[in-house]
Amino acid sequence: MIHLRDITKAYPLGTNKLVVLKGVSLHIQPGEFVSIMGPSGSGKSTLMNIIGLLDTPTSGSYLLESKEVATLDENEQAEVRSRRIGFVFQAFNLLPRMDALRQVMQPMLYQGVHRLEAEQRAREALHTVGLGERMSHNPNELSGGQQQRVAIARALAMNPAIILADEPTGALDSKTGEEVMNIFNELNRDGKTIVMVTHEPSVAEHAQRTIHIQDGLIFRNETNEHH
Amino acid sequence: MNIIENIRNALGAIGSNKMRSMLTMLGIIIGVASVVLMVAIGQGAQRGVTQRIQSLGTNLLTISPGGSNQGNVRFGGGGGGGGATLKSTDATAIEQQVTGLSGVEPEMRSNEQIIAGSQNTNASVIGTVPDYVTVRNSPLQIGRFINQQDIASMDRVAVLGSQVVTTLFPSDPAPIGQSIRIGSNLFTVIGVMQSKGGTGFQNQDNVVLIPLSTMQQHVTGQSTLSSISVSVANAADMSTAQATITAVLMNAHRITDVTKEDFTVLNQADAVQTLDQVTGIFTLLLGGIAAISLFVGGIGVMNIMLVSVTERTREIGIRKAIGAKKRDILLQFLVESTALSILGGAIGILISFIGSFILGRYSIDATISIPSVILAFLFSVGVGIFFGMLPAWKAAKLRPIEALRYE
Repeated sequence: MIHLRDITKAYPLGTNKLVVLKGVSLHIQPGEFVSIMGPSGSGKSTLMNIIGLLDTPTSGSYLLESKEVATLDENEQAEVRSRRIGFVFQAFNLLPRMDALRQVMQPMLYQGVHRLEAEQRAREALHTVGLGERMSHNPNELSGGQQQRVAIARALAMNPAIILADEPTGALDSKTGEEVMNIFNELNRDGKTIVMVTHEPSVAEHAQRTIHIQDGLIFRNETNEHH
Repeated sequence: MNIIENIRNALGAIGSNKMRSMLTMLGIIIGVASVVLMVAIGQGAQRGVTQRIQSLGTNLLTISPGGSNQGNVRFGGGGGGGGATLKSTDATAIEQQVTGLSGVEPEMRSNEQIIAGSQNTNASVIGTVPDYVTVRNSPLQIGRFINQQDIASMDRVAVLGSQVVTTLFPSDPAPIGQSIRIGSNLFTVIGVMQSKGGTGFQNQDNVVLIPLSTMQQHVTGQSTLSSISVSVANAADMSTAQATITAVLMNAHRITDVTKEDFTVLNQADAVQTLDQVTGIFTLLLGGIAAISLFVGGIGVMNIMLVSVTERTREIGIRKAIGAKKRDILLQFLVESTALSILGGAIGILISFIGSFILGRYSIDATISIPSVILAFLFSVGVGIFFGMLPAWKAAKLRPIEALRYE
């Protein structure tokens, strides 16, 4: 599903270059639940952005569903991103002044899905994450956990190949975090591919596999026992 | 995403920040309202001037002494100054030799003091002929007008303008048979003219009309004329009549060189056209000043939209992360600024109609013309699109990764 080979990423820093990723190779199978762990500054967020087509690598190859996507231009990236990748962010990143139903519909509307179909799919997705009762609430009327579930529903409704979650529990207390993780586990059981960045071992444990990254390189790749 | 969804989004954004939207629109509202209203006032003034000139008499040609090449161009029959080249025989020549005229009115004007009992006033005394009523489009209110008999026998009779009546006979609106004194001559009042309401360059109500022969014999003692007014039966024949009259007078004055003409034939239509041009420039000036305020309003829209792009950087990042393309963001901001301008334009037009109604109650003619409404509206839409372009483009080219990182 995801094949990264020798991915590097460098940012210009004055006259020097700041090399964030120094050659990362990675395979993720369909239906896998993978977590990426590492201390801050290790390059895990950059890797996440490259996988999510929010950023382009300096060099290397990225095959998404057997298609080279590292060299796409901005509009092509946006196209693939919106059709194949669902995002869940630490800060929820919901749109202001827009109710939950509309939030979930928005990506589909950008894709040209008919309004009625988009609404139908949005309702289903919101039911899946257990928010069937709060569809007409704006983000500021929802708790953190509920907002994150809206974000998950938004990612889900597009029926993406992979769901990318960047510290999805980072802004939540441990109990709500656990609830959110349970939703991810359920989605994974239904066959969704999930890639999650976190720095909490207890959260990473929910995945089948944990990739440890440090100083821009993968240094350990472990399978979690209980799966 | 289709345009309807975009419009829905834009209206949502406008509605969710009413105070700011209102302030953004204010510039456009004032701009559109002032353009429409200023043009309406200008055109009202234009109509007023045209009407007033037409009330002097339609299809009117005015012959005054002094050639147009001698630096003596004047409207109407102003007296003296241009030499004494017009004579009663000229009027007779025109009457006999030019066809298609409905009236010929030679006249002699002079400003005199008029005395009646203990009252006195200064008025324009006009020695004229019976054709005055038709040529000058000036009907009689009461009594009778000067007739051929009065002229033949040089009777001392007078027809008064309405303002002269009010001044000299404050208690008697119909002073028929009363006496007035002009210089050393006593005149008997035989009639009163209808008010023409003119307050323009010549007050047409402050006049005393007496027979031309009486004027020449007893008041001025000169046989010259200050002007000859000619009304043409058919408006289409104006220029033909003008040419024929010129020819007849040149012949009568034994002039062969056009540049040495000692008279000027002025076409009323020319006068109307000249004044139309003047008021047209006046309208353009007012409209232009108002258009500048509309332009400034547009800059206001751009300003707020630019602030809004910065403020909503994160929102733009989220939208891009969930699949919005450049085009979608561009359209979102463009639709938003255009919707603001359209709404502002509509409110501005509404206000201009209210303004026109209020001015109308103070009897200022400010009838709003539909083309100016359409023009101002289209202009405001254009302003919205034009000034929305830069902020929209700025928003569209934000990189999602940077936009998402923005706090």
